[in-house]
Amino acid sequence: MNREQLADQAFTREALASTGRWRRLPFIADPKVRWAMGIGAAVYLALALASIEVNWERVAEGMSRALNFLGAFTQPDFLSRRDDIIDGILESLTMTLTSTVIGVALAIPVGLGAARNIAPLPIYLVCRSIITVSRTFQEIIIAILFVVMFGFGPLAGVITLAFATIGFMAKLLAEDIEDLDWRQVEAIRATGASWWQTMNHAVQPQVMARLIGLSMYRLDINFRESAVIGIVGAGGIGATLNTSMSRYEYDTSAAILLIIIAVVLLCEYGSSHVRRWTQ
Amino acid sequence: MLTLSGVCKRYPTGDRALSDIELSLPRGQITALIGPSGAGKSTLIRCINRLVEPTSGSIRLDDTELTRLSGRELRRARRAMAMIFQEYALVDRLSVMENVLSGRLGHVGFWRSFLRRYPAKDVTEAFRLLERVGLSHALDKRADALSGGQRQRVGIARALVQSPQLLLIDEPTASLDPKTSRQIMRLIRELCAERRLAAIINIHDVALARQFADRVVGLRAGRIVFDGKPDELSAEILTTIYGEEDWDTQADHERDAPSKSKTQSHPALMSPISALAALSTGSTR
Repeated sequence: MNREQLADQAFTREALASTGRWRRLPFIADPKVRWAMGIGAAVYLALALASIEVNWERVAEGMSRALNFLGAFTQPDFLSRRDDIIDGILESLTMTLTSTVIGVALAIPVGLGAARNIAPLPIYLVCRSIITVSRTFQEIIIAILFVVMFGFGPLAGVITLAFATIGFMAKLLAEDIEDLDWRQVEAIRATGASWWQTMNHAVQPQVMARLIGLSMYRLDINFRESAVIGIVGAGGIGATLNTSMSRYEYDTSAAILLIIIAVVLLCEYGSSHVRRWTQ
Repeated sequence: MLTLSGVCKRYPTGDRALSDIELSLPRGQITALIGPSGAGKSTLIRCINRLVEPTSGSIRLDDTELTRLSGRELRRARRAMAMIFQEYALVDRLSVMENVLSGRLGHVGFWRSFLRRYPAKDVTEAFRLLERVGLSHALDKRADALSGGQRQRVGIARALVQSPQLLLIDEPTASLDPKTSRQIMRLIRELCAERRLAAIINIHDVALARQFADRVVGLRAGRIVFDGKPDELSAEILTTIYGEEDWDTQADHERDAPSKSKTQSHPALMSPISALAALSTGSTR
């Protein structure tokens, strides 16, 4: 639409509004573009759905296996592999806590450096690229790399999770710092405070509650991830789960999954509690 | 004591915020800086303590050239110039006492401030100031639990605990009601008199400027267009500073009947000042 048409439209809108007829301005001004985009999206969705091939025979066959698997949940077997499960869970919990602590500790300096309003440009670019690298690769890919480097076992898992934690925490921390109330920072700087004092007195009070909340959230993500990366050999409960699955011991698998669900629930409950307390 | 000469500030966007500012403040004088929004008032006082970097010109505090300082020397110079902010700028999640003591940050080392182990004489002075502004009972409250007027008192205590020679005050009353505004301005005036401090106050409210300042400087589009005594402010001068407006709204207000209860609850609004109050609330907003 050219400028005159827009002016015309504004004029008619005023005329309509004066007689009490008013509609919100559409998000896309030109009706042709608006309809074309809507219809285009619908057609693409239809074509995309049509392109999915479903092998119904295979689904029917798989259904019975899935039912077996689900049936196992009614009789989970905690006992026959009891020692393996306990070892796995303890290993996972250790990995979770260690990797979160290491990851958060490393994420804080990276996050400070990645906040454009407090870091000089070269440091900002370095820290942002650390974050990008850490966030580009999914945990499983990193885990495979570290398993190759450090061999099977929890060490590879801990390093994987700590590395992933850095990207996650540093990004969110940096964004929080970029959003903070700048007047408070100015006020502290105006007293003659040094850079570190400004961080401690003006920035930390504003981001601490969220930092604690995010760390708790990351703790529970790390627990869940530790179950997944175990499958590629990075230790923890995932390894135990993987073994039981490949032996078709679905009742043991069910027991392990139930324990994972319980631990995640506990983490969730604990972290919401901590967040409320730090507000 | 403070001398600005040829101070210019051009923002990277190309906006010229200040042009060729010449200003000199003697010890103990309270100067009100008035002018329309965007005239450069905030920029001017932020150039003095270098929260904003002036583009050119010289700013001297006693014998120190402020524009060339950096690092440690700049922080040392900032200790002598305390700032009081619009909307208070307290650190919300810190306690009142921590906020007041943060005024000593330029004097104590990092670990002392990190562990909040301030020297006893700093704590004594901070507490004395809290008593002076009437908030000694609130020392452990969180700053965001206070009312607007109380927060600004904490802001004042934080500025004074710096033991400054100069106060830079940015819109101290912008978010306060008329009565609290007057109490805050009176408090600032008294404290400046007690300690022989010079002060520059950015202020929107012309009535408050006339009531509490020794000198008024008018800023328009980054230039000083008026510099004189508060009682020299006439309708013509206000027009030079703010642009054309009917400044003499007193008669209308009188006719619109200020209710009795209102005048009683704001004793400061009575007397000759009522005219000026009408001037500021009626026309400049």
